[in-house]
Amino acid sequence: MNELAIKAEKLSKNFGSFKAVDEISFDVKKGEVFGFLGANGAGKTTAMKMLIGISTPSSGKASIAGYDIYNETEKIKRNIGYMSQKFSLYDDLTIGENLRFFGGIYGLSRPDIKLNTEKVLDRLHLQKEKNALVKSLPLGWKQKLAFSAAMFHSPQIVFLDEPTGGVDPLTRREFWDMIYEAAELGTTIFVTTHYMDEAEYCNRISMMVDGKIEAMNSPKELKKQFNASSMDEVFLDLARKATRTGD
Amino acid sequence: MKTLIFLLEKEFRQVFRDPAILRMLFIMPVIQLIVLPLAANYEVKNINIDIIDHDKSDFSAELITRLNGSGYFKLKNTPGTFEEAMKDFANDNADIILEIPSNFEKDLVKENNSKLFMAVNAINGAKANIGASYLNSLIQKYNIEVRTEWLNAPEQKLQKGILLEYSNWYNIHMNYRNFMVPGILAILLTMVGMFLTSLNIVREKEAGTIEQINVTPIKKHIFILGKLLPFWIMGLVVLTLGLLVARIIYGISPLGNLFHVYLFAAVFLWATLGLGLLISTISKTQQQAMLIAFFLLMIFILLGGLYTSIDSMPKWAQIITWFNPVKYFIEVMRMIILKGSTLFDILKHVGIMILFAIFFNAWAVLSYSKRS
Repeated sequence: MNELAIKAEKLSKNFGSFKAVDEISFDVKKGEVFGFLGANGAGKTTAMKMLIGISTPSSGKASIAGYDIYNETEKIKRNIGYMSQKFSLYDDLTIGENLRFFGGIYGLSRPDIKLNTEKVLDRLHLQKEKNALVKSLPLGWKQKLAFSAAMFHSPQIVFLDEPTGGVDPLTRREFWDMIYEAAELGTTIFVTTHYMDEAEYCNRISMMVDGKIEAMNSPKELKKQFNASSMDEVFLDLARKATRTGD
Repeated sequence: MKTLIFLLEKEFRQVFRDPAILRMLFIMPVIQLIVLPLAANYEVKNINIDIIDHDKSDFSAELITRLNGSGYFKLKNTPGTFEEAMKDFANDNADIILEIPSNFEKDLVKENNSKLFMAVNAINGAKANIGASYLNSLIQKYNIEVRTEWLNAPEQKLQKGILLEYSNWYNIHMNYRNFMVPGILAILLTMVGMFLTSLNIVREKEAGTIEQINVTPIKKHIFILGKLLPFWIMGLVVLTLGLLVARIIYGISPLGNLFHVYLFAAVFLWATLGLGLLISTISKTQQQAMLIAFFLLMIFILLGGLYTSIDSMPKWAQIITWFNPVKYFIEVMRMIILKGSTLFDILKHVGIMILFAIFFNAWAVLSYSKRS
């Protein structure tokens, strides 16, 4: 059995002469919470899109859950969940309808969908809002719902692109509780974030600067390596080297 | 297959939750079908005419009365000179000027021969031409009556005119609406289908939800089919509404088999909805999709034979119409509804439409990419 959930070797994506992602290599072990850090425009989202099979790499190799990202994207898609930076559930459907739709697309049976929906509603304390249109929910709830939708088909690996962008500290805390619950059940978490306090929650983090991975280790080791007291300092130290301007 | 059902369920929910789409689907076609055929009419009435009567005789007065009473002409002015009448032309107040010479009655009585002068404002070419031929025939008729009744001209001196008898087939009363309604219905179905589908996928691109779809293992052709089927069903509902309006308001019911109308419409919708989805997959924004759809629709309508006969187009334009699915639909609608054509008669059209359908849908599936 392969103990690596994600394996990337010299993965690159160019847009013309612009190297959005420049030969990144890293491994993520099964069950790990892997933080993918970097300033705006460092190439995190582009890298993630290649890993989840919606963007074709320019060069390099990678496998997700043992499947090749060039030829086996559909197999990869069965085994991963994804939560986009931009809220991407259907605004004009209710919570229940959204969960049912995505559950159905992933091939869950109707009884399973029903059961899982109840679980999600209970977990998020949204029973009363079951039939509310998603657009009427506050952002924090939407984010938690989007995470639940990404986890709905019990994927092996879940990719979260800035899942806590724009939400309050309390909700962020609750969100990370949910991430830990998933990790404890054996799901591999691949998460990008700007918040350095969140970086501390990860087992291991990588720091991306200008399309390259400049550092990768556990938060503790990184702080030691950069002789810093907090992840903030590590981040600032590295991000200052960036020559690209953020988006 | 199971995935498709979930997809359909979701699409239908979204459609029925969007009042704008519902209005576009059900109210717009009905209103257009009620209003357009009444307005889009080739029968020319209210032709404005200026008559310069230099003769002021009984004969000329009688001619004027007749023209006025024909129902086609509206006597605008009776100016004294041609120059004055030309002013009405310039202001677009008159479509035709008829000049009666001063010796009109005298010539007619004595020499059995007189000349009238007619000038036509050809800015509105169709109206002018039709008006001129009306005027011509009215004058001819008057001429014959004058010669036989008033002048008691001897029989043998009368030139025997060629009497042309004709009968109209398929549209017995030459009712222009009978001709227009099936065609307009075809256009409406195309418009509704193409706009709704061309905006559909691209709207998911704008909302970002397409990304969530693209990370699922959904098959491309299932996705396209899931987008096509709801509008296919609703297209057939629109057709039904349109046929009901045609029947109730215009009293038009298909002479041929109603089932054949649906059969062809089903294939036609499959093709046009495929084209709409193709537009949607290649566009980045709804605005872009709308413009492409609009551009194609203009060509489809103008080269579809609804307003202008394809037979009288130049050869190169006729060749373009071969690639216009709407042309075939309008033809088939008129054939089945007005002419009572059978399935055998429309077999060629069905075959061509199936080719269109396969072509557009295959292209749409290929151009929808889950990866960038």
